[in-house]
Parts: sequence; structure tokens; C-alpha cells
Amino acid sequence: MKEIALHLLDIVQNSVRAGASHVDIRFLLGTDGVLEMGVRDDGCGMSADLLARVRSPFTTTRTTRKVGLGIPLLMQNAMQTGGHVEIESEEGKGTDIAAFFDTSSIDCLPLGDLASTMASIIMGSPDKPEFAIRCASPNGEMSFSTEQIRPVLEGVSLAEPGVIQWIRESLAEEIEPILGGILK
Amino acid sequence: MKTLAELEAIRKATLSRINLRTDEKSETTRVVIGMATCGIAAGARPVMLSFMDEVEKRQLAHVQISQTGCIGMCRLEPMVDVILPGKEKVTYVHVKPEMVPRIVAEHIVNGRPVEEYTIGAAEKK
Repeated sequence: MKEIALHLLDIVQNSVRAGASHVDIRFLLGTDGVLEMGVRDDGCGMSADLLARVRSPFTTTRTTRKVGLGIPLLMQNAMQTGGHVEIESEEGKGTDIAAFFDTSSIDCLPLGDLASTMASIIMGSPDKPEFAIRCASPNGEMSFSTEQIRPVLEGVSLAEPGVIQWIRESLAEEIEPILGGILK
Repeated sequence: MKTLAELEAIRKATLSRINLRTDEKSETTRVVIGMATCGIAAGARPVMLSFMDEVEKRQLAHVQISQTGCIGMCRLEPMVDVILPGKEKVTYVHVKPEMVPRIVAEHIVNGRPVEEYTIGAAEKK
């Protein structure tokens, strides 16, 4: 992956496939330059056995092939900055995955186009789950959720091109002042 | 600043387009983009958004864009399937955002697949 935002696009699919009805995404940049990318869902969660194996590239829930590279690639990119990945999960309750990146490291990926990633995520699953994102840094904080705009749309799908474009542009505007320093 | 009032305007514009869609009763053209780990890493996100932009620009009411997982040909990603109503599926491989306007204009609008971008052409090389 060339951007941290692309890891988000990838890792969120796990929450969607877990049948979540709410997916909360967070990007928190501390004064120490450490960026936390977190995804919390209320999907089916993982058994203790699956949780113990989930970091392996040879673990996957699909049946067509025996490899799954989403989490291993995320771990590689977090760890090469001196960071790490934390995963908590409970069967029937949901999962929380958090990746920590030291943005001062020369090996840290740029955050990338987070607004386009959010637009792609929402386009892929416009009806369920509800997605929320919160970005915070010493420069300020923003939040957005699909639940917040659904009433305005009165039944028009979030996947309509015009709506997706609006989401992408409004998120780009709001994210820039907060995480602008690490986007590229 | 983007406002909710703008979103409200988008909703109204979209509604009239949806009505057009149901009035004409024509069938939907489907565009399916591979968005698993392999597709994303190869550059599927800008490709999907280019399709979105192009559909919005041309106000194509009968095109549905969706995502799928990994179909096992990761080396050919980003891959895009275009399925015109009543026609066979056409698979494009190594798709870049620059290729999207041509695929939309020649294939989706005018019904002639762009041969040189298809999986058939790629496999002959």
C-alpha cells in the first residue's frame, strides 16, 4: 500500500463482512507525532482462537484461498515506523483494531487521500453499516457520520454519484486543517 | 464550505434522475470493480472514483457502480467488469484512471468494448 488511507479502505471490509451495523473510524495524531488509525465495529467479533491466529498471513475466513494479507500488510507498515497494531475482539460484541504509526519516521507512509477512501467505503456499502469518522490533532478535531446526512437525503441512496462527490469534497475540506501536515 | 443545503440540492437533482430511470424502464449497466487488498494496492480506489466522476459528468442514469472482492487474478488488478444489459461481461485489466473516460464513452455509452484494454488483449501479450 502507498497510503495509510488505503489500509483503512482494506481493513474496513473486515468490519462490513462481520455484519456490523456501526463502524467507527478514528485518526488521532498526538503531539508526539504518533498517529493512531482505529476501527471499531459491532460485528460478529472473533473467537479467542481466531484472534490468536488473525495476524498470520495464512489466516483468512474466505474459503477460496488460504491467504489473507490485509492485517499482515498493515502490521508491516506500522512496525517499520516503530509502531504496532492492537486488536481486541469479543465474539458477538465486535472488534477494535488500532494501528500506531510514528509519523516522524522516514519509513512512515503518507496518510494519503482519506476523503476519497471514505467516499469509496460508503459507496461500497451505502445502506448498512453506518460509518462514522473522527479526526483529531493538536490543530483541532472533526467528525462526520452517515447517520448525520441520511435524514437530509430522505431515502436517496448514499451511493448516488452526486452524493458521493459531496461527501468526498466536504471531508477533504474538513480533514485538511487537522491532518494536512501528514496527508502527503 | 460544503453545506447540508448543497446536499439537499443534490438530493433533488438525483431524484429527478431516478424518476427518469424508472420512466424509461431501460435496464441497468453494471460496472464492478475489484476492491480487495490486491485491487486496492494496485490502485482501484482512483479508478472507482473516476467511474463515479464520469457517470456524474455525463449524467448517466442507468449505470450502477459496485465493488467486489478478490477473484484470484491479483496480477491483473485493478480489474473492472462492465456488463451491458443482455450482453456478455467484458473484463478490463490493469485499469488506470486515464482509461476510464474512454471505457465510459466507447463501451458504456456507445456499446463498443475497448478491445485493447480487455483481459483477452492482455493475455495475448
